[in-house]
Amino acid sequence: MKLDAKIPSGALATKWGAHKSNIRLVSPANKRSIDIVVVGTGLAGSSAAASLAEMGYRVKAFCFQDSPRRAHSIAAQGGINAAKNYQNDGDSVHRLFYDTIKGGDYRSREANVYRLAEVSANIIDQCVAQGVPFARDYGGLLDNRSFGGVQVSRTFYAKGQTGQQLLLGAYSALNRQISKGNVKLYNRHEMMDVVVEDGKTKGIIARNLVTGEIERHGAHAVLLCTGGYGNVFFLSTNAMGSNGSAAWKAHRRGALFANPCFTQIHPTCIPQSGEYQSKLTLMSESLRNDGRIWVPKDKKDAEAIREGRLKPTDLPEEKRDYYLERRYPAFGNLVPRDVASRAAKERCDEGYGVNATGQAVFLDFGSAIERYGRTEANQLGIENPSKEKVIELGEKVVAAKYGNLFDMYNKIKDTNPYKSPMMIYPAVHYTMGGIWVDYNLMTSVKGLYALGEANFSDHGANRLGASALMQGLADGYFVAPYTVGDYLADEIRSGNIDTNSPAFEQAEKEVVERIDALINNNGTKTVDYFHKALGKIMWDKCGMARNAEGLKEAIKQIQELRAEFWKEVKVPGRKDMYNPELDKAGRVADFLELGELMCLDALTREESCGGHFREEFQTEDGEALRDDENFAFVSCWKYNGEPAKAELIKEELTFENVELKTRSYK
Amino acid sequence: MNLTLKIWRQNGTNDKGRMEVYPISDVNPEMSFLEMMDVLNEQLIEDGKDPIAFDHDCREGICGMCSMFINGEAHGPGRRITTCQLHMRSFKDGDTVVVEPWRAAAFPVIKDLVVDRGAFDRIQQAGGYVSVNTSGNTLDANAIAVPKKDADRAFDAATCIGCGACVATCKNSSAMLFVSAKVSQFALLPQGRVEAKERVQKMVRQMDLEGFGNCTNTGACEVECPVGISLENIARMNREYLSASLASAE
Repeated sequence: MKLDAKIPSGALATKWGAHKSNIRLVSPANKRSIDIVVVGTGLAGSSAAASLAEMGYRVKAFCFQDSPRRAHSIAAQGGINAAKNYQNDGDSVHRLFYDTIKGGDYRSREANVYRLAEVSANIIDQCVAQGVPFARDYGGLLDNRSFGGVQVSRTFYAKGQTGQQLLLGAYSALNRQISKGNVKLYNRHEMMDVVVEDGKTKGIIARNLVTGEIERHGAHAVLLCTGGYGNVFFLSTNAMGSNGSAAWKAHRRGALFANPCFTQIHPTCIPQSGEYQSKLTLMSESLRNDGRIWVPKDKKDAEAIREGRLKPTDLPEEKRDYYLERRYPAFGNLVPRDVASRAAKERCDEGYGVNATGQAVFLDFGSAIERYGRTEANQLGIENPSKEKVIELGEKVVAAKYGNLFDMYNKIKDTNPYKSPMMIYPAVHYTMGGIWVDYNLMTSVKGLYALGEANFSDHGANRLGASALMQGLADGYFVAPYTVGDYLADEIRSGNIDTNSPAFEQAEKEVVERIDALINNNGTKTVDYFHKALGKIMWDKCGMARNAEGLKEAIKQIQELRAEFWKEVKVPGRKDMYNPELDKAGRVADFLELGELMCLDALTREESCGGHFREEFQTEDGEALRDDENFAFVSCWKYNGEPAKAELIKEELTFENVELKTRSYK
Repeated sequence: MNLTLKIWRQNGTNDKGRMEVYPISDVNPEMSFLEMMDVLNEQLIEDGKDPIAFDHDCREGICGMCSMFINGEAHGPGRRITTCQLHMRSFKDGDTVVVEPWRAAAFPVIKDLVVDRGAFDRIQQAGGYVSVNTSGNTLDANAIAVPKKDADRAFDAATCIGCGACVATCKNSSAMLFVSAKVSQFALLPQGRVEAKERVQKMVRQMDLEGFGNCTNTGACEVECPVGISLENIARMNREYLSASLASAE
């Protein structure tokens, strides 16, 4: 199988403009007879469905939640990047492009990333026009802040709820089209399979999660906007319902899966507190602007803190190890996510962890509170302020910046982060890998597209903060609505899709058989038992650090677990009614296959890059050792009956505009 | 700690429904309320019983999906939290905890604690948007300065998570707090001002069609709102609605 990424020719900066001008269009009259199915209603899905409907296509939008507004984009906290250069700090499209390529450790496509940077500015214009209430300064203009791994202020935000505000913006655009009858919404529906006939996408099989009814929906194009698969780890910052099933079904129907092992583990999350834990909560990266990360220098002190004999606030400065500042003086606490996560793991593995499980480090605002307090006292003209006064003033400043995050921490841990440092530990957050797409965002199956986190294209081996929202909206508002026309121009004579065709019959039969198998299995173990077991294997062996031996073991263990699942899983209730356990069982069954492919991919990639750290490939001081000679490619996996038999196809990455360098944040 | 749970069970919209009692032991105070429900459900499944259906997704207080009426309060005891942010440390050993779904004619029960909040979506579809195409060729984002005070107020209104606690709490099952939050967000911004009159009329009309009750200014909705949407928004909506009605009558 030969891969064609369909990257337009010409200079980098002119590719997208020229492509857009030359791409084929579908006339308004013809659009009215073309059906498009959009699966997922997060940033990518809502924006794509709204834009396509506005252009005149007949759109159906699907989400498994009770409302499109619940999609997990809503939980994004920190912000959205855009090369507006409103701060006049030297930002540009090229700089955003370069930062993203470098941050991704040179494992993404130049042309796609450049386009992303190019359309980023339009996103902000669009959102403001829709009434998205971004933060503003006293002059009434938009405010910005900084994120990790960059040296400019290009992040637009709405307090710690940027994802919510952007999603509600896209949801409002979607609602406008629903009210006009241009989009039909199917909430509490799950895509069960993609229907492919003669190499072309013909629609989907969906299940109404309330009634259990199986439905056929014909479409000339299907857009998967279904997010990432971080929940393969069971514990992650994803929502409980976030799943990889749509992507996996597409993979089984011929879509290549790219770089499945590229997982982002976010350094600042609230640590696990017990076996019953269902999810992990992120503490925004913006906290690293002011928070300092440390563990005790002496193991005895760490032990005393773990056992509650010593309070962290009682440990003097000289006995603390601010390990990020020590190891990476140039970027300090603002190194990229992958670097910060690995450094935390290294300290905890060495025995310096600070909570009962030994798997936590401190994120301390003590010095920020003091610094802000002194500045504030100066501004207020208070001479020789007392220590208490300084702290009181400083806490107010910190509350204004991060109040909602501090409250969130307080609600979960019941401790006051203003008075005692937060405890944090890395957690699975985002998947850079996903369905392979070409420049038009089309997968290797004709008429099947993947947008947002569901595709692989823009973030390489590590995503920069505040770039996920940017990509979701770029794909949905500004890329896919144009590029689908190039394919659909050939579909104007197809007429309505026949949902009684053999391909639909067969796909529905397979869906029903699988549901029956799950519901009638009557085993002895719950779905969560298997999900937790899979998550543990993945976290231990395909998590922050990986090695060949562990990955081989993991593959074997997952195969065994999958066999046990189909023998022993117990799904209560019936298939013809509301049954969340049945929904979950189907998703976990898919994770049990996807997890194996992730391990296989990690095993094959014999280098360390971004979030993928192979212990065998590191420098003497423990930094990632990339191998551009042999691994500057996208790993694209073709399904062949089972994950172990997947065939590796390589898309070589060529870099014409940036020089490949070792990432150094020292 | 050990608790006695009294939970509403209802097998579909047309079932009459009933309270059932479930003892649960060894509850860890660090658990969230939903994690306690997970543990209970695992036990029910292992015992061959039907697990309790409840809505939940993000489990960090932002998606608005979780919706339990606990001991007579939307999202349980505690202020400014959703059910997923309620932790078992809020209860004592030996407590009896009563769990019900949102109760409102406009929110029919789907199963147990899961209700259909489609009415909220339909109200938004009626006018909760700015009529702008998604071309990206709009004004530059900084072309219109918005006073910080207005931007902040619009943001405060826009933080509504659409959970429905206001409706569940209101003795009249009124959706005024929810609707007014969206009306206010747009009314406060120049981008939304253009259609403000049509918007408020359309959204209120849909709200009435859905069968939500009227507002009698009790203010319980504001107290129980997990994100602190202010009653000021209802006042603003009433003002907008009145002036829009007068204008259209001219």
